[in-house]
Amino acid sequence: MSQADAGDSQLLAQILDTLASVAPEVRELDIDPALPLREQIELDSMDHLHFLVGLKQRLGVDVPEAQYQRMRKLDDLVAYLRPVVSGPPAKPG
Amino acid sequence: MTDILLPSLGPEMESGKLLRWLVKPGDIIHKGTIIAVVDTTKSAIDVESWHAGRVEALLVQPGDVVAVGTTILRLAGAAEPLAAPAAPTAPAAMTAPPAAVTLPQPSAGGEHVRASPAARKRAAELGVALARLTGTGPDGAITVGDVNAAVPPPPATPPATSSAPEDRRAGVRAAIAASMARSHREIPHYYLWDECDVSRALQWMQQQNAARPVDQRLVLAALLAAAVARAAREFPDMNGTYENGQFHSGAAVNLGVAVALRGGGLIAPAIVNAHALSLDQIMQQLSDLVRRARSGGLRSSEVSGQTLTITQLGDEGVQGILGIIHPPQVALIGIGTPRERALAVDGQVMVRTCVTISLSADHRVSDGRRGAQFLNRIAALLQEPEKL
Repeated sequence: MSQADAGDSQLLAQILDTLASVAPEVRELDIDPALPLREQIELDSMDHLHFLVGLKQRLGVDVPEAQYQRMRKLDDLVAYLRPVVSGPPAKPG
Repeated sequence: MTDILLPSLGPEMESGKLLRWLVKPGDIIHKGTIIAVVDTTKSAIDVESWHAGRVEALLVQPGDVVAVGTTILRLAGAAEPLAAPAAPTAPAAMTAPPAAVTLPQPSAGGEHVRASPAARKRAAELGVALARLTGTGPDGAITVGDVNAAVPPPPATPPATSSAPEDRRAGVRAAIAASMARSHREIPHYYLWDECDVSRALQWMQQQNAARPVDQRLVLAALLAAAVARAAREFPDMNGTYENGQFHSGAAVNLGVAVALRGGGLIAPAIVNAHALSLDQIMQQLSDLVRRARSGGLRSSEVSGQTLTITQLGDEGVQGILGIIHPPQVALIGIGTPRERALAVDGQVMVRTCVTISLSADHRVSDGRRGAQFLNRIAALLQEPEKL
């Protein structure tokens, strides 16, 4: 597993853990990050907002509302959050 | 000495299971202090005290199932010295079978058979003819106990300790069934609906949200709830309760919001005094209520006293909902899914986002013309979202 893959797995685990605080059934399910989330679990607009608030508290990232439509799958969310969470690449000394 | 009774935490609630006490003998409590957690089959509810004083005795034990109206806690009277020991003045109440406690209700009177409202409700549910019973209450009024005594006892005592998910789901369904069957039986519904253009409201909301952190953002449900609360204040005949043959207009708009529970079923806690809250306050309370409805921690004042309910199925893809009124309320607003529509506006066809807003109302209290005006007012308020 590459370092990037390992980082994504860790990030996905954090996302799933946050999601489980809103939708506890996530812990029992095998959520496929490549499929639309709302096709796999019941998540209404208030749940979705609570999920994003949870991500902000956990990762410090404020996902803009304009991005909501582009993040229907957890893979989309990982791709959006990865550069923000890991910060800019370190400059070579 | 003041007795605190198990309150009714919803129109369909007959009894509740004490999960735990949050106070103990000797504690000083105030009005609004959360004293216990009670399971109503739908949800675990934090029960607040409506009285202040020093706790003298806890009269039921965790795990006990007791009828609504049962004395669960005794406060020492103001005239009693504070140093008085918490004498076990009601040992019988602590050891008596909880389910056997009869709901003390004042006699309703006024009709050919004297019976308490709770007894009438119970009789209707069990299919018992009140005229065939002999009342043992004040002035011969028929009590819930009289009604219960008229039918064979259930095969087992109520499930005092079970909280398995399947039992919870069954309990929720039974509670909903009782309430909805009563509504269908007693309330002459009429229904109205119309499409409401929410394009401006959505556009305004998106502008607001673009400048807000995620934990301060709005959802359309909050705007709709605010519009309904404002309109209800102007239409008192849509906001209140119908009990004992009389309509009582609500002094405030305590807006019940139907929340789907994750295990199935729903609960409709109230945004209390919704008419007096700002849009941001309504959003905050809505968010908090939904979270606590699904995870536990609703308070007794939030699950009783609703004067109007709004049910939103905007996330489920249906066009609209013609709902059943939650008795004893007299109206229910239903909201469908926002959808883009080709609308003719000022002679031009435009694509607008619309939702179907419906009204289910009690014909004993209002008529269709009045209901139409109410719906129109909600729609008008949504055209000026900045004023909500």
